Amino acid sequence: MKRWPGAFGRFCYEFVVGDTPELAVGVAVVIVGAWALSRPLGGADFWFVPLAVVLLLAASLWRGVRMSGR
Amino acid sequence: MTGTLLIALAVFGASAVEMVEALTIVLAAGITRGWRSALEGAGLAVLCLLVVVAVFGPALVHYVPLDALRVVVGSLLLVLGLQWLRKAILRASGHLAKHDEDAIYRREVERLGQLPRAHSGRDAVGFAISFKGVLLEGMEVVMIVLTLGLSSGHLAVASLAALAAVLVVTAVGVAVSRQLREVPENALKLVVGLMLVSFGSFWGGEGAGVAWPGSDLSLLALLAAYALFTWGAVRLLSRRRVGAAAAEPG
Repeated sequence: MKRWPGAFGRFCYEFVVGDTPELAVGVAVVIVGAWALSRPLGGADFWFVPLAVVLLLAASLWRGVRMSGR
Repeated sequence: MTGTLLIALAVFGASAVEMVEALTIVLAAGITRGWRSALEGAGLAVLCLLVVVAVFGPALVHYVPLDALRVVVGSLLLVLGLQWLRKAILRASGHLAKHDEDAIYRREVERLGQLPRAHSGRDAVGFAISFKGVLLEGMEVVMIVLTLGLSSGHLAVASLAALAAVLVVTAVGVAVSRQLREVPENALKLVVGLMLVSFGSFWGGEGAGVAWPGSDLSLLALLAAYALFTWGAVRLLSRRRVGAAAAEPG
C-alpha cells in the first residue's frame, strides 16, 4: 500500500515529463509568457502562443533528430 | 458547433490510438494465459477508469475556478499533444522506428507463454497483465476526456466519443485479430497530436488572459497553422534523412 504514492508520482512524472523535459519546461514558459504579455497588451497578444509553441516543437524536434543520430 | 465536433474527433482519435495499444496486451494475455483472466482484468480496469471520470469530473467542475482549470488543462494538453506530435513527426520522417504492434504482440506472447500457468480458475498473471495494460493506456484516455470535456463544458460528448472509440477498436480488433499493423497508428497520432496542441494552445492561452480573435474559430486557424508547420517539418526532416543516408560511406 505504501508503494502506491511513489508509483503514482512516477506515473505522473513519466506522463508529463518523460523523455522530453524540454517540452514540459517550455509549455510552462509559454503559459507564463502569455499571462505576462496579456496584462500590458490587454489580451491582444494572441500571436505569442502559436509562435512560441512552434518554436518549442522545432527545438524539441532538433533535439530528437540529434539523439536519433547517436 | 465547430469546437464540439473537434472535441469529439480529438477524443475519438486519441482513445482509438490508446485502445489499439491496450488491445495488443489483452490479446496477448488472452491467447497465452486464457480469455477469462484477460477479460476480467480488462473489465476491472475499465470499471476503475469510469470511476475516476465519475469522481474527478464533477468535483473539478464544482471546486476549481474555470480560468485556473483552463490553464492547467491547456498546459497538460499542450505537453501531451506536443509529445505525440514530436514522436509522429520523427517517425514519419524516418528518424524514429515506427511503433510495430505486431512485433510487440509477438514479444508479449513469447514472454507470457514462458511463465508458469495456473492449473485451474483465474490466471493471476493474465489478469494482472491485462488489468495493468488497460489501466495505464486508459489513464491517458481519461486525462484527455477530462481535460477536453471539462474545459469545453462537453464532458458527456467527450465521454461518449471515448466510449465509441473503445467499441470500434474492440470490434475491429476482434475482426482483424492479429493484424494490428494495419491500423495507421502514426497517422492517427499525428492528427490527434495536432488537435491536442490546438486545444491546449487555445485553452491555455485563454486561461492566461489571451483574447482569441473570432473566439472558437481561432481553433481552426491554430489547427491549420500547426498542420502547415508539421507538413514542412516532415518534408524537411525526411529530406535531411535521405541526404544523410546518401552521404554515408559504403
